[in-house]
Parts: sequence; C-alpha cells; structure tokens
Amino acid sequence: MALYSEKVMDHFRNPRNVGVIEDADGVGEVGNARCGDIMKMYLKIDGDIITDVKFETFGCGSAIASSSMATELIKGQPVSEAMKLTNKAVAEALDGLPEYKMHCSVLAEEAIKNALDDYYEKNPDKKRVSGDSNREKVEETV
Amino acid sequence: MRIYADNAATTKLSKTALNAMLPYLTEQYGNPSSLYSFGQKAKEAVEDARMRTARCINAEAREIIFTSGGSESDNQAILTAAELGKAKGRRHIVSDTIEHHAVLHTLRKLEKDGFDVTYVPVGANGIINASDIKAAIRDDTCLVTMMYANNEIGTVQPVPEVGAICRERGILFHTDAVQAAGHLPIDVLKDNIDMLSASAHKFRGPKGVGFLYVRKGIRPYVLIEGGAQERGRRAGTENTAGIAGCAAALCEAVSGMAENAKKTTRMRDRIIKGLSEIPHSALNGDREKRLQGNVSFCFEGIEGESLLLLLDDMGISASSGSACTSGSLDPSHVLLAIGRVHDVAHGSLRLTIDEDLTEEEADYIVSSVKEVVSRLRGFSPVWRELCAGEREFIL
Ligand SMILES: Cc1ncc(COP(=O)(O)O)c(C=O)c1O
Repeated sequence: MALYSEKVMDHFRNPRNVGVIEDADGVGEVGNARCGDIMKMYLKIDGDIITDVKFETFGCGSAIASSSMATELIKGQPVSEAMKLTNKAVAEALDGLPEYKMHCSVLAEEAIKNALDDYYEKNPDKKRVSGDSNREKVEETV
Repeated sequence: MRIYADNAATTKLSKTALNAMLPYLTEQYGNPSSLYSFGQKAKEAVEDARMRTARCINAEAREIIFTSGGSESDNQAILTAAELGKAKGRRHIVSDTIEHHAVLHTLRKLEKDGFDVTYVPVGANGIINASDIKAAIRDDTCLVTMMYANNEIGTVQPVPEVGAICRERGILFHTDAVQAAGHLPIDVLKDNIDMLSASAHKFRGPKGVGFLYVRKGIRPYVLIEGGAQERGRRAGTENTAGIAGCAAALCEAVSGMAENAKKTTRMRDRIIKGLSEIPHSALNGDREKRLQGNVSFCFEGIEGESLLLLLDDMGISASSGSACTSGSLDPSHVLLAIGRVHDVAHGSLRLTIDEDLTEEEADYIVSSVKEVVSRLRGFSPVWRELCAGEREFIL
C-alpha cells in the first residue's frame, strides 16, 4: 500500500496555486521551520469573493498537498464559505490522510483562517462572518 | 532508471548467499538438534557457518552467537555487561549520543533500573573523541559501548583507540558494527573488542539473522530462554538457512572488500562533489572518515520527506532524517548531535550506495537531487525569506 492516496500524490506532484500575491488583501502564515512545516497563504478578495489565492509551503508531501487542496476549495468562493473550511474537508477532498499526517490539514485550515483574519483586520468596515469550524481534534504537536 | 540508494537500510541478497541458503529451505530441512544424520547435516551447516563467520573478524567459532540480527545482538551485549557489572557493584556505562536506538533504548531501560549512563557528545564532524570516552570512565564503569560506524552519517569511530583504553582499564567494550561488518576490515583481537554486533542484511545476507561476538571468558546474559541451542546462550531452533546465508554473505563481502571499497568510494566522492554544488547545502559527517557508501547532506529551505517522494518519482530510493519520515516530532538525533539545528535537520538526505552503482547512475542521482531541491525551494516560504534577507542562512 502506498503511503498516500493518488489524490495526495497528484496535488503534491502538481501543486495548484503555487506562488505569492504581491498585493494580497490577506496573508496568513502558520507553523515554523523548527517543527518542519510552514504554510503561507495569500488571498485576493474582490467584494466578498476570493478571486485569487496562492500558497507557499515548506514541509512534507501531505503539507504541500493539503495547502494545494485548500486553495482549490476556496478559490472563487465567497469569504463566508471560506470561513467554514475545515481540516476535515481538506483531508476528505484528498481522499484521506494517514492519521499522523492529519495535522497538515489542520495547518492548511489555520493558514487560510489566518489570512482571512488579516483581511478583516485590514478592512474593519467588513462585517465578519464566523466560520463554524468542526475541526477534528488533533493533538497539538508544536 | 531505478536506483536503490538505501543500502544502509538493507541490501540486496547476494546470489552466493541465496545459493548457500537454498538447500536448507528445501531438502535439508532437518532440525540441528536432532541426533539422526538428517538433523546432524543441518547442525554441520550451522557449525561451518559459525567457523567461517568467526574467521572474518579474527574470532574463534565458539565466540560467535547467531541471533535474529543487530537489535538482538545489541540488547544481549549490553545486558551481558550490565549483569556482570551488577554482580560487582558497577552500574555505570559510557556510550555516546549517536548510537542506534537498539543501543539507546536498551541503555534507557538500564537507567530506569538504576544504572547511570554517560553519553559522550560527538564533534561537528560526527566523530567521537577517544579521549572523551577515556575521561568519562569511572571506577564503577562496567561497559563502554560505541558503534563502529554510524548508520545515518557514515562516520567511522576510533574503535581501536577506545578498545585499547577499555582493555587497559579492565572495562568491557562493545561495538555495534552493524554498518561496518563486511564493509570495513574488523579484527576483534587487534582492536580489543570484547563484544561486537552484526546483522546479515546489511552485507547482502538475509534479513532477520545476525550474530554477536562475545570474547571467550565472558559469560553472556541469556536474553531468550529455552532450549540449549547456541550452547545455551540463545534458545530457539536455529535459522539454518539464514545462518548459512549470513556466513556466505560475510565471507563474500570480506573477500571482495578492498575492491568494492575502491569502486564505491569513487562513486561516493563523485556524488558528494556534485551535491556540494547546491548552494546552502552541507555534507553531514567527516569528509574522510566515513563509510565508502555513505552520502549524507542537509539542504536549507526544504523538508526531507517531500524530497524523498520526488526522488522516488524519478526512480531513486533514498532516506532522510526528517521528522516527517519517521512519524516523530524531532528530526534524527544524530543530526541534532552533530549540531544541525531543527530547521536544517528536517532537510536531510541520505544516499547509501553499493559497489554496483555506475558512473552514469551517480550522475543521474546528482542531477535529480539538484532538480528536486530547486523545485521544492521554488515554493518554500523559508527559502524565499532566506533569499530576501528576512531570515539568516544557517548553511
Ligand atoms: C547501527 C545499527 N545498529 C543496529 C541496527 C539494527 O539491526 P537489525 O535491523 O538487524 O535489528 C541497525 C539497522 O538499522 C543499525 O544500522
């Protein structure tokens, strides 16, 4: 049996939305090099729609695949939908992750939430929609 | 191209070893403990293997105990010294920080049992200083255990010096030679080795079999209780085929050692030279005092697991000390011990080649690693920050 699903390997080998948005409306970063995973997300938001999203990731195969899939899930979506993104949705869209790699999907969710927080901070006039994250409990590993 | 570059993990069974094993997997299936001639044939095979194995390290046949491999040998050796130490009220052990877990975890168990262990640190080159071992020895030291060569960074340790120090102080000396046996010349007499662990699958023998050398006069601790096999020092019906394969592989490796080492060293150096061209990279372990097949590098700004997966796509099997590849949180204890900080240790790559690697394959490895490293750096936030001067380069 392979370590990862075909979906994970596909997103790892050909990550979608890789790069930087120089004039991003929201930027989020989670993780640290010490524990071996860093994800950075850049959002371009027009009206209430996420018109563009890019990511950079330092990490293992599942971290790269999780960030790639997370960007796919929110691109073109209203901010309110992105706020509801859960790590579980990311993992499911990847046809699952090994148990000890679930934290990668958590990082992807958090990176996007961080970027949205940044967007709200920069745009205090926007009414904040809260996500109802029902993220799977994952042991904090930092 | 498919290139197996993980020979420190395990090796391909040699044809000689396979042929030596086959009779005992087919017609010659007798139990060596049975008295009829059919069993005695199997016994002869085991005893012949014992003699041939002993010769390869300048030991006597009765000093060789066949085991299930490196881990068991390490456990038995350390517990042997601990039992003897206990009887004399000596409960201190000297070891180092880059041992295999088979040694480290056995030592940890003894620590819980009231033993005191000094872990001598290694230098940045991954070599243990014999004088540091000497300085760590106390009046109540019952054992020094130091590996012959390291499995991750390939560094070869000063075994003869440490052996001489131990002999002078009357302290037992064990060496985990799992990575060295069949690859480096070993002489247990000249090197003053009291106990030595080896594992067949690291020198093109089969998996699940190995041996422990215990110098005559030392009573081994019995780890596996039961029948009187191995002269009462290790119970269990002998793995006849495995033992025959172990001896055949070791003899073959020892007789071809000089020539293989020359070939392998040349390819190793070619790969090291090529990979050194990657900016912000560093070779792990001493440049000279290393196993002929070991290439270990750290690359800044990337993580090892993704490196391995992309190399696998290109047909290259390698390994890494990254935390993500082991399922633990910390990168390899060996890389941390030689002073690589976490950030950099996560980006490690170990290539362990054998004598069959061609020049073309070596060059393919180099170009593949270069390509993969730059691809991963291309979307690494760490690498971008390093290049933008927002983060300081470590390598
Ligand atoms: C240095 C060292 N010691 C011990 C072992 C354990 O050997 P085995 O797998 O035969 O139990 C290994 C193998 O990984 C090793 O490299």
